[in-house]
Amino acid sequence: MKITELFERGEFVVSAEVGPPKGIHIEHLLEEAKTYLSDITAVNVTDNQSSVMRLGSLATCKALKDEGLTPIFQITCRDRNRIALQSDILSAAALGIENLLLLTGDHTKMGDHPQAKPVFDLDSVSLIHTVKKLEEGEDLGGNKLVGEPPKFAKGAVVSPCSDSVDAQLAKMERKVRAGADYFQTQAVYEPEKFIKFMEKAKQFGKPVQLGIVIPKSAGMAKFMNANVAGVHVPDEMIEELKKDKEKTKAGITGVEIAARIIKECKPYCQGVHIMALGWESKVPDLLKLAEI
Amino acid sequence: MLITQLKSKETIASLAAGKKVFIINCHGCKEVHFPEKEAIELQKELAADGNVTGSITTDYICNPENMKLRLEGHKSEIEAAEVVLVFSCGVGVQTIAEYFEDKKVCAACDTYPLPGFQGVTPLEYDCDQCGECYLNITGGICPITACSKSLVNGQCGGSKDGKCEVDGNMECGWERIYRRLAQLGRLDVLKCPTQIRNFATDDEVAK
Repeated sequence: MKITELFERGEFVVSAEVGPPKGIHIEHLLEEAKTYLSDITAVNVTDNQSSVMRLGSLATCKALKDEGLTPIFQITCRDRNRIALQSDILSAAALGIENLLLLTGDHTKMGDHPQAKPVFDLDSVSLIHTVKKLEEGEDLGGNKLVGEPPKFAKGAVVSPCSDSVDAQLAKMERKVRAGADYFQTQAVYEPEKFIKFMEKAKQFGKPVQLGIVIPKSAGMAKFMNANVAGVHVPDEMIEELKKDKEKTKAGITGVEIAARIIKECKPYCQGVHIMALGWESKVPDLLKLAEI
Repeated sequence: MLITQLKSKETIASLAAGKKVFIINCHGCKEVHFPEKEAIELQKELAADGNVTGSITTDYICNPENMKLRLEGHKSEIEAAEVVLVFSCGVGVQTIAEYFEDKKVCAACDTYPLPGFQGVTPLEYDCDQCGECYLNITGGICPITACSKSLVNGQCGGSKDGKCEVDGNMECGWERIYRRLAQLGRLDVLKCPTQIRNFATDDEVAK
């Protein structure tokens, strides 16, 4: 199922993210996904997230699909040139994977193989353009595909709380023009910034899923403020996380904060995308508390 | 060595179309092969429309001090122009674009590499000799050398406080491009078609 079909029906689309392990044992990931994420619409699978080498996104997507979940295949331009990207995208279609999230990707220097060659033959915009061409039955080299072309829900990302939000909007527009069908955002901790962003992003007429990272602790919040692009956790939230150490340790404070952000932003967006970062078990509570 | 090659006649004509143009030719360092004859011919055609306010042929425009000195005597011609059309390698165009903060500076050439000594250029600007000069759609700031991922369709989501995710001392090249285009009132350039790089260009020149 393409998640765009649900947006079209006016449903509030909930997705969550899982990261494949560094190794071949996928059982734990599948178990957690089945236990905690089977009620949500779709599950994103990251592609060597943060440039750290792991089990592949495509294989994990297929394994999730075999368990009855709807995977979203994340693809970055860091590790493959245009030939490998197109080939993997066709492979996804052949395996029945219909949802894509198309990204530029972190630089190789950010990860655990900083000596690797960064590819970036294409970028997020030209990758969206390429998928659109494949859907029209032609590859990027202008050669015809044999038989029925693939069809996807083509997702892209945007960073609504970035300090250069106008430049982000300009990039979002390029993605829309290239063929993006829906957007997932970077983690939001400042609903007022997100709402302002959505007022401007509305003009593109594409569904946007609010990005949520459950804040696990004050330390994590401070770390994100110092290191994660486009993310700012306000001081009062950090204070809240500090206040009741037991509650924070149990994850309750973080879940409460995340639920509050979802509730505040819900009227302005078309879904929510939860990046639980190992706290997949908290997702059902979060959704309940956010009244979704 | 490097080769500068004129962009297509249509491309150059579209950069100059209906606008007052000042032309700068840089015959560069000894290491640059410049298409002198073709450039003169093309510029004659441009001048026939009566829109060329003046022109100058010089060398080493990548040296800002030298460039300022050379342009001194052409102030009024440059002021009368809406577009400064630069026939030089990518470094020259970037130096001129930085100098004329409020003027549209366009590259009329693409720059290709050849083996050997790469010429004498100051370190502030860099030209990767990619053979498909992007400076006309990036406000004169090179996305290949100013962005650590050499992205050609806008910034990634990785910059923090205006700094690149790879190097905290490096400004995000695309944020610089965005600011420059805003300053020039040319943000509409970002609506250009999706750019896809052609890594085969150097082979084509060798043919």
